[in-house]
Parts: sequence; C-alpha cells; structure tokens
Amino acid sequence: MRIEEHPVLEFERGKEIYFYYNGKKMKAYEGETIAAALHANGITKFSESTKFHRPRGFFCGIGKCSSCLMKVDGVPNVRTCITLVKEGMVVEDNDGELPDGEVQEAKTVEMEVDIAIVGGGAAGLSAAIEASPYASVVVIDENPRPGGQLIKQTHKFFGSKEERAGTRGIEIARLLREEASKKCNILLNTSVIGYYDRGHHFLVAVNRMENVVYEIKARKIIFATGAQENMLVFEGNDLPGIYGAGGVQTLMNVYGVKPGKKGLIVGAGNVGLILAYQLKQAGVDVVAIIEAMPKIGGYMVHAAKVRRCGVPIYTKHSIKRAYGSERVEGATIVELDENWNYVEGSEQDVECDFICLAVGLTPSVRLVAQTGAEITYINEAGGWIALHNEYMETTKEGIYVAGDLANIEEASVAMLEGKIAGLHAAHSIAPVENFDEKMRAYMENLKIFREGVFGARPKMAKEKIRERYHEKMGKGRSG
Amino acid sequence: MKRWEREGVVELEDLDIPSEEYLRKGVAITECLQEIPCNPCVEACPVDAISMETINDTPKIDYEKCIGCGNCVDACPGLAMFLVKVTGDSALITLPYEFLPVPEKEERVKALNREGKEICDAVVKRIRRGRTTLVTIEVPAEYALEARNIKVVR
Repeated sequence: MRIEEHPVLEFERGKEIYFYYNGKKMKAYEGETIAAALHANGITKFSESTKFHRPRGFFCGIGKCSSCLMKVDGVPNVRTCITLVKEGMVVEDNDGELPDGEVQEAKTVEMEVDIAIVGGGAAGLSAAIEASPYASVVVIDENPRPGGQLIKQTHKFFGSKEERAGTRGIEIARLLREEASKKCNILLNTSVIGYYDRGHHFLVAVNRMENVVYEIKARKIIFATGAQENMLVFEGNDLPGIYGAGGVQTLMNVYGVKPGKKGLIVGAGNVGLILAYQLKQAGVDVVAIIEAMPKIGGYMVHAAKVRRCGVPIYTKHSIKRAYGSERVEGATIVELDENWNYVEGSEQDVECDFICLAVGLTPSVRLVAQTGAEITYINEAGGWIALHNEYMETTKEGIYVAGDLANIEEASVAMLEGKIAGLHAAHSIAPVENFDEKMRAYMENLKIFREGVFGARPKMAKEKIRERYHEKMGKGRSG
Repeated sequence: MKRWEREGVVELEDLDIPSEEYLRKGVAITECLQEIPCNPCVEACPVDAISMETINDTPKIDYEKCIGCGNCVDACPGLAMFLVKVTGDSALITLPYEFLPVPEKEERVKALNREGKEICDAVVKRIRRGRTTLVTIEVPAEYALEARNIKVVR
C-alpha cells in the first residue's frame, strides 16, 4: 500500500518502528499517524458502530469527523488520523470503556500573547507571518504538521505572482512554515478545547502527545480553523473505504500510502478533479468522476488534464449505493434527470475498492461560536458563518476569522484574508506604519480574485456576510 | 453548452488555431478557455507574446511574436499550454508530463488524445526535466492538433 516512487513528491519517512494493533505487531515509520500506519498495513476497519456493529474507517483524515476513534495505550476515543504512532504503542478497537490505565497528571503552561491564532493552515500561517513583526504571536494547530490543506496539494497554484502562482501547494506550505516558525511560536499536536471571556480573551489548549495544558491569555484571537468535508446520503455510506477527498489526499500525499487500487470519485469540483489527477500520479486507478450537476464544477483545465489521462467524467450522475462486507467492494451509480430524480433503468455497477466524496465543505465554526460572535447560516458561504467585516473582525471585538472558516474559497484567498486579519489585529494593538497602503493592496488583490466566473458565488457570500454584520453592528465598528 | 463544460474535452472549434505558416514556425497553443484568475503564462513569456487585459481573461497568443520557447508550457498551472511545430509529414509536440516513468530520448511511446485514447505511435525527441517535465514527441503531422498526452509502454 505504500507509494515507493512519485513524480512530484518525496516522502520523508522516519525511523522504522513497531506498534501493536489488537495484539498484532506492525511496522510503521516515525512521523506518520496511526491511521496512515494502519492503512499501510492493510487495515481499513478502525472501529464498529455502537448499536449495530457496522464496520467503520476514517473519513476526513484531519481530526474533524471522529470516524477514526480508537483506543490507544488504554485511552479511548483517540483520533488516530492526527495522532502520531510511537514505538511500542498499543492500538485497539474502541470498546466504550473508560481509561483502564492511570491517568497522567498534565503539566500546565500559562501564556500571554498579543495575538493567538487557532489553525496553522494557509490563512493562519499567513496571519502569523503578517502580524509577528509587530506583535507577539502564537499559532496553535492540532495536526502533527503545519500547513493545513496545502501540505497535500501537488498541483501548481493559479493566480498572480504575489500569491505565488505557479508554485505547488506543498512548496507554498514549506515557505509559509519556514517563515512562520522563524517569526513566532507554533504549537503542534495541540487542540484548542475552549474559549472563555474573562474580561480578556482566554483559550485552553491541550497538547495531546505530551500531556500539556496551555492557558493562553490573548489580546486578539484569529480563528482559522478551516472546514470539514461534507457527507452524502446514500446506502452504505459508512463503509470503510469511503473517504472525504481531502482524507485521501492526506493519506496519499502526506504519508505516501495508497487508499486502494481503484477509486470512484463523487463530485467534479476542483477538489474531485485534482484528486483524480493526484491518484493517477500515485499509480492508483480511477474508474470515473461522477457529478450530479449538468456541468463540471471545477476549472476546465483540471478537467481536461484528468480526461487526457483517460478518466471519464459523468455529469448528471450520482451514487445510489456502496456495497461490501468489511469495506467497499463496489458501487451502483445512476443517472439523474432535470429534477434530480433517478432515471429508471440507468443503474450501472462500478467495480472499485474505495470511494472519495468531493461534495463540498462546511466551515468549522464550533470553536469561534464559543466566543459569542454572531453566527448566521449563509448557504453561499457553505453553512454557519461568523459574521465579519472587511478586516475579518467578527461582531465580538478582537475576535477575527480567516480562510475557509470565513467562506469556502481558494487557498490564495485564505492567504490574503489571513494577511488582512493579521495586519488589522496588529494595527489595533499598536499602529502599524503604512497600514493603509498595505491594507489597500491586499484588498485590491482579493477583489481581483473574486471577479472571474468562479468568483461569483464567494463574492455573493461575502456581500451577505458584510451586510448582516453591518445590520448587527450599525455603522459602529466597521473601520 | 460546450462539450468541455460537460465532459472536460476541448474541441478544435473552441481553440484559436494558428495558420499553417505559424505551425511550421513552431508556436504555443493555449487550451485555456475559462476565465479564471491566473496569469503565470504572461509572466513567463520572454517576448511578450501572451497577453491578458485582466488576470481573469483567457490568454491570447501573438503568433508573430511567439518564438516557441516552451516557457509557458512549463509555467501554466493548468497544464493547458502546448507547443506545436509541423515539419513536412511530421509534427513536434511539446507537452507537460507529471507522471512516472519519464521516457528516454528516442523512446517509442503511445500518443493519447484529449480523451486519453491511444491514437498513434510517437517518438520522444526531447526531455526537459523538472517537476513538470516537458516532453517533445514526434507524431505524423495529421495528429498535430490531436495528440496531447503520452503513455509510456515498457
């Protein structure tokens, strides 16, 4: 299941180590997650549903869906997709029992910073780089590596020179990581578990690997917690081998492990199209990309390069069911009519051992919602959104949002929004020289990004978000 | 609705095809037909042959100025630039290739069309290695505007 050779990526595998899965000794490499190591050993069933004991595997691969929970060294409900495997680690099926080992006393570290940034992806790292010359900054990310979704993007980015067009996502992630780690403190493997208003902004975070609790007092907080992949309703959608597209990208492009031999992709937006190409690059077969809409949703250039590799794209098609006993063994796809109903007799059986869902994203809003910032449902933005102004500040003073959390968009936009939030947060602590000029340039770039045909939806979403923000705030704090 | 909107396959009538004279000279052909915010091809061109009014425009190539250097083929994030040079009965096509194995010079490979179907044999004439490797293949002239990918058969 491991990828040995790749046209674009080089996998840095750490020291060879051994761990135990349900009593069986298995090989892994230092620096990879438990989920990746299990996959590399051919294990795709991670747990069972509590009531009907249906097999379950991981879905999102970035710690958001809880589909990969297992018992690790006696601790139940560990998210194996973001927890690194260690020498001698004991990984078992979750049994719903409380920890049987002794619970270690946690060490508490108190911190006081100007700006705390939750999430070290494209937006969070950009905010950190922007703000850290003027303010003390800490970035908190619950993944083992910073860079968010950029760390698995092998394609060259679109856009302009300023936003690093022509550079591959993985390369952008490296540049951001290097710059940010020189300038500020990045806490990895650390989950923010709560926000408290104590007259100042206060966060509690936990380093899950080292048992450290951070109590962070911050003057400003920028939430850049990203988004999670959407599920689709169909028979058998909980079978192991049904992944979010991003989950497969993590497995394949970060850890160099193949998800299977032959995949079906649901959704022909950019995520689905890019994933199909990446699978082919990794030497994995793609039977088809199916799309419910009459038109391909992603960039035509992505669709064209996937087609040139021989992958068919079927628009007006959906998945009816997935089947298999312990994992996916195949799927039934079906054609849709104008009213989204199944066309009778159009069922087709597709042989595949995994299925990737690339059917949109939902902003991960739960943490920022704890702050009391106004949250509203905006369909065009992908779901519940923290209202914010043009500087990315929410209705709660000193609380900012950026990136996919603030509207589902491209990584280039996330980077720009991060810069805007970082610059404004720093400026409102102590005036930044040339603030107006810098801000104007970022906003101008953002505007250009939203001008093309693909900019229409995000632009409309942002207009609604701002309109509701101003309704809520009056003319008061819009800057 | 265009075929590429439904199926992702560009048809010749969608493209700005250079005249025979320019094809003999050897020029870049763009298969970028959608307004997306992107302009690395404009930046990469050493002779300013590629233009866009705004970053959301599709690129226009001035075949008079184009020297067929291939920098845009390398720069295009969408892998939508190709070089075509027709010489007598055969055509040289330079295309971006991001797969393994990378073919050797003079290796016989299969040329694929825009649907990934094998259409003819091709001989690799030049390799410009990079993360996006540029491969120049020789095919019969009639496939100059059809061959857009390769398959290495070993």
